[in-house]
Amino acid sequence: MDVDAVLLARIQFAFTITFHIIFPSLSIGLAAFIATLLVRWRMNGQEHLRRLARFWTKIFAVSFAMGVVSGIVLSYQIGTNWANFSVVAGNIVGPLMGYEVLTAFFLEATFLGIMLFGWDRVSPNLHVASAVLVAVGTSMSAFWILSANSWMQTPAGFEMRDGIAVPIDWFKVIFNPSFPYRFAHMFTAAYLTTSLVVLAVGARYIVAGRFLEEAKTMIRMGLGMVAILAPLQLVIGDAHGLNTAEHQPVKVAAMEAHWDGSKPADLILFAWPDAKAEKNHFEISIPRLASVIIKHDPDGLFKGLKDFPADERPPLLPVFFAFRVMVGIGLLMIGIGVVGAFLWWRKRLFESTWFLKPVAYAWPLGFIAIVAGWWVTETGRQPYLVYGILRTADAVSPVAFGAVLTTLILFVLIYTSVFSMGILYINKLIAKGPQGAAVSPHADGNESAGARPLSVAREATRSALESKE
Amino acid sequence: MDDSLAYALPLIWAAVLATAVTLYVVLDGFGLGLGILFHAEPREDRRDVMMNTIAPFWDGNQTWLVMGGGGLMAAFPKAYGVIMSGLYIPIIIMLLALVFRGVAFEFRWVSKPKHQFWDLAFSWGALVATFTQGVVLGGLLQGLAVEGNHYAGGTFDWLTPFSLFCGAALVAGYGLLGTTWLIYKTDGDLQDWARNTAKVALLLLVAATVVVSLWTPFSVPRIAERWFEWPNILLFAPVPLLTAYAAWRCWNGIENIGNDGEAFVSAVGIFLLGFVGLLISNVPYLVPNSMTVWEAAAAPSSQLFLLVGTLVLLPIILGYTVFVYWTFRGKVRESEGYH
Repeated sequence: MDVDAVLLARIQFAFTITFHIIFPSLSIGLAAFIATLLVRWRMNGQEHLRRLARFWTKIFAVSFAMGVVSGIVLSYQIGTNWANFSVVAGNIVGPLMGYEVLTAFFLEATFLGIMLFGWDRVSPNLHVASAVLVAVGTSMSAFWILSANSWMQTPAGFEMRDGIAVPIDWFKVIFNPSFPYRFAHMFTAAYLTTSLVVLAVGARYIVAGRFLEEAKTMIRMGLGMVAILAPLQLVIGDAHGLNTAEHQPVKVAAMEAHWDGSKPADLILFAWPDAKAEKNHFEISIPRLASVIIKHDPDGLFKGLKDFPADERPPLLPVFFAFRVMVGIGLLMIGIGVVGAFLWWRKRLFESTWFLKPVAYAWPLGFIAIVAGWWVTETGRQPYLVYGILRTADAVSPVAFGAVLTTLILFVLIYTSVFSMGILYINKLIAKGPQGAAVSPHADGNESAGARPLSVAREATRSALESKE
Repeated sequence: MDDSLAYALPLIWAAVLATAVTLYVVLDGFGLGLGILFHAEPREDRRDVMMNTIAPFWDGNQTWLVMGGGGLMAAFPKAYGVIMSGLYIPIIIMLLALVFRGVAFEFRWVSKPKHQFWDLAFSWGALVATFTQGVVLGGLLQGLAVEGNHYAGGTFDWLTPFSLFCGAALVAGYGLLGTTWLIYKTDGDLQDWARNTAKVALLLLVAATVVVSLWTPFSVPRIAERWFEWPNILLFAPVPLLTAYAAWRCWNGIENIGNDGEAFVSAVGIFLLGFVGLLISNVPYLVPNSMTVWEAAAAPSSQLFLLVGTLVLLPIILGYTVFVYWTFRGKVRESEGYH
């Protein structure tokens, strides 16, 4: 493949969006988690819930800031690097993103101020309401952005006039054929990702013997969500797959590395798909299982890659492998949920360090799965930017090669340094823990001294160690 | 009916976008101004207070930039593509500078006591973002080469003495917004310092405004005609006169101890009048000299669809924005760290 401005623009967009997607995924889930904690606190008055909310709010703020700045970059990049896309699809994608700004961005960005700085300044009810509004805002933002993205995957409700897509039926545009599946899949993924992060942090504290009360709450809430959502995600993912098979059959063929549509498909566990030779090397597969999954029938036939001309097929390797990474992690999450739920039921959850120790390191799983899934769906749409209407190569801006290359290098340098610092700071906040975030640390110390002398003793040793650093 | 809609909608959208951009310039302007002031005030405790005066609002303020970009794409997709391609370099640099500035708000507190790098990220991010915003404005005012629906110029066409001067002028302008905001939100030593600094910023801004106001008509005959032909010269004379009055009120406000909001309000007035001046020069062009609002407009069905939501939601957004400002009203003092 020649390295041209189109390829560089694609790399730049893929790079920035891969970074960006991590933060909203966490913000959507965390905002809901914090709002839930605060609502529960208002209902039962348990102070540790408020401490926990305040602790996670600090992490939320860091993650949210990174999501905002990388999101602003994206919204302008559509114009800087994909000017022709905005001409062809701007009539449709523009208003959808406009509604995202109007209904979601302003809501979350404005009430974030009260959520972050209103702890001792506004009434508790107003503060809780602000947290709820921020959570609502982040969810609505996901609604609109996934509607826009789904429209690019399965365009509907428009007609082409002089090469420009013009909206005819906004209801069909917004609720285009793949939108419900995509929205449910992504939304669940965001909650699942956050739940796993919360669970992992809780597990980390239990293993270290710190913040036991808060840790147990985090483990219960995080694990409960994982146990419910992980299997549910399998069902939603399956439905989404059927929808993709209907509307974007070549994407499914690439996900499965399924070449010959006239034969029932085997489920390939591993292979090295070879686009030139049109076959798979080193294939390990289970006969007919892919037909069962895609068509819900062992003899079911669905289109293979050979049914499409070579210049209509997406790049195989990223789609094929990213799909396997996503599904593999999904199954692992189901495993964590099942084992955890069993231990919980046997009342051995908080003693089972053999389970909690590895779980404490499981926090990145959801992010990896989301990025992998995003790659499957975005790369699988190629060579189109708007499926069937606008090829990626025709969407690019008239911008010079050198300009795109320079800015790409800048993006890589700045994003990797700034955002690895962000992750470092989040880790620093987690290491410090919810106690440090409490309203009045002395009152908290006394309270826990009465309740759990042992943990406080450990606490004191640990903070003594930390202060030496 | 359809024709009159196609005529009116682009004008309404131009007004909506003008409002969004103005709100962005004023609101994020004083936030960026505080970052610029960091260069002149190295004391950490004062920097803490300066950041605290803006911390609860910056995110909402910055959202107007997204509204400006998103609205431009939705209502005028052709102009969006042309402007973003033509001003590619300054826009990307502005975005990257805003990345540093934006994360610095959170990172600075979390990384304390080792926060020096994020002080630099905040101050240089603000300075570079401001300068490039001025360059973008200058580059736009010069006009962009357009063929069909696309930008047809070179990568560095924007780079002229005029656009660079606009960048410098905006640094002075945001500096004034930042200092006068500090006068309003602080007291004591910090306020005294802000008053002294505000005078410098005001003088610089007035000088820059005079230069830009003369430079633009002399370099673009179309604009000179519009301003200086009879009876326009009489019709538009209030704009420079009112600007001079606002500058005078601003100076008074800076010196007038006890009425701490006056200087800021006057500074905002100077910006609004400058914006009116830009409108007079360029209506009905969206990309000056090459693309009118009608040429750039999206399909009427697109403009109408988003306009309905905008007219309903914009007042609500303004309402809760005011509410949050009111919630965090009053002076910010050193002792009350939000974090």
